[in-house]
Amino acid sequence: MRDTASAPVISAKGLNLTFQTNDGPVHALKDVTLDIGRGEFVSFIGPSGCGKTTFLRVIADLEHPTSGTISVNGMSPEAARRARAYGYVFQAAGLYPWRTIAGNVKLPLEIMGYSKAEQDARVEKVLELVELSGFERKFPWQLSGGMQQRASIARALAFDADILLMDEPFGALDEIVRDRLNEQLLELWARTEKTIGFVTHSIPEAVYLSTKIVVMSPRPGRITDIIDSPLPRARPLDIRDSPEFIEIAHRVREGLRAGHLDD
Amino acid sequence: MRNLLPVLSVVAALLALWYAAVVPMNAQWAQDQARRAGQELSFAALVTDTMNQQRPRLPAPHQVAQELWNSTVVEEMTGRRGFMNTGTLSNRSLIYHGWVTLSATLLGFAIGSGLGIALAVGIVHNRAMDASVMPWAIASQTIPILAIAPMIIVVLNAVGITGLVPKAIISTYLSFFPVVVGMVKGLRAPDQMQLDLMKTYSASGRQVFAKLRWPSAMPYLFASLKVAIAAALVGAIVAELPTGAVAGLGARLLSGSYYGQTVQIWSALFAAAILAASMVALIGLIQRVTLRRMGMAT
Repeated sequence: MRDTASAPVISAKGLNLTFQTNDGPVHALKDVTLDIGRGEFVSFIGPSGCGKTTFLRVIADLEHPTSGTISVNGMSPEAARRARAYGYVFQAAGLYPWRTIAGNVKLPLEIMGYSKAEQDARVEKVLELVELSGFERKFPWQLSGGMQQRASIARALAFDADILLMDEPFGALDEIVRDRLNEQLLELWARTEKTIGFVTHSIPEAVYLSTKIVVMSPRPGRITDIIDSPLPRARPLDIRDSPEFIEIAHRVREGLRAGHLDD
Repeated sequence: MRNLLPVLSVVAALLALWYAAVVPMNAQWAQDQARRAGQELSFAALVTDTMNQQRPRLPAPHQVAQELWNSTVVEEMTGRRGFMNTGTLSNRSLIYHGWVTLSATLLGFAIGSGLGIALAVGIVHNRAMDASVMPWAIASQTIPILAIAPMIIVVLNAVGITGLVPKAIISTYLSFFPVVVGMVKGLRAPDQMQLDLMKTYSASGRQVFAKLRWPSAMPYLFASLKVAIAAALVGAIVAELPTGAVAGLGARLLSGSYYGQTVQIWSALFAAAILAASMVALIGLIQRVTLRRMGMAT
């Protein structure tokens, strides 16, 4: 019996991934080694092309590494995907326009064969969690972009996956909405105790949210720094003006710059 | 109702153009008649005559409208063989002939759209079908329907299949194609992200189809069904032409041209056009209702 309390939820060793394109091979991931523990909030930050999204997609079994090993919940990514170990939130909300908000959240539950009563109970619970109660019967186009993205987070939370993978979920939203959603996401993380992998290109966002920040750089996509955040778990928005916060942000910026100096 | 004015303006312009064309088209015959009788035709008399000939080269709109009215309502209400006298539709009425064509059209349309959807599902899900079916479907549409229709009817007749079915098959032949093309496009409409989402749920192929591909394809389905039903009607009419069919709009067109009954030809053409327009409108209505219920009001 494995000791699941201390064993990493996600463990990658010497991961390489090369895409064959018309312009020759593209080294999307080079020698990526990383452990993510249970209940951690890990941000991947770096310029575009650094492989942060690719790494998230490898965890989700949407891309396959060329070499190296990776385990999710102690299984291969494919087995973990089949066991429905994670919920994935994409860059765009991607709600189905022909389904209501409740219908969209129900989608994974229908596919996974939950009973009708269970579906309704869960929809109600997760919509309350993302503060969308009362919008069950609205169609996606009747909601703002931020609300749509919250609905897509609810959709990823509806089933019992203890990992949440988020690929720049707030990238398309304005600063004010983004702050509010970041705050809500932290509350949600505290209440659900999920392990979260979060891709972003915003330094304040990464520092504000994470217990661990993974700084990456492009060509080839690789990890240049891993920062364990000393910030407490309870984080009011104004923690961003504290010296600790500014210091971590500075280190992230240095890491990003170092990645570029290698070019 | 804001749309009514432009529509009526176009109709009025077309009618004016039509009336203007009637005079020169039919003038020759009127002049010849007058010369034989040793008379000189005034312009007013010429116009009156060209508008009211028995067998004009180009019948005037009111003649066609009159014939449409006579061969539907008047025939069925008062005709010796009409519905009111016999309890069955008169074989001299366009309602009867229209129904004969319509039944073949609807049967062919049903088979054709079913076949089209089935082929599209196959093309989207099966690599071999993807590579092989579409070229044949396109090739099938490059063969003139007028050339192949008699063959189909003769061959089917030889194996004892007559009446409605051969016509329906020709309707099918014309109507499956737009549905295949539309539905292949529609079933492939979901983007990579939506397919990835389904993969993260480890959804089965059947679930991806039922919950993502099929609903995404709905707008494409209705667009192609509109084209298909009009094509099915053309197929049914064409199928009636080469066989000496005695019933159907195609038969009316054919007998009209045998006996030089231009008014009959034009009224059969208009009956076909009205039939096609109402079927397309009906599908449009179903589309509106369905898409509205799906939250995708157009």
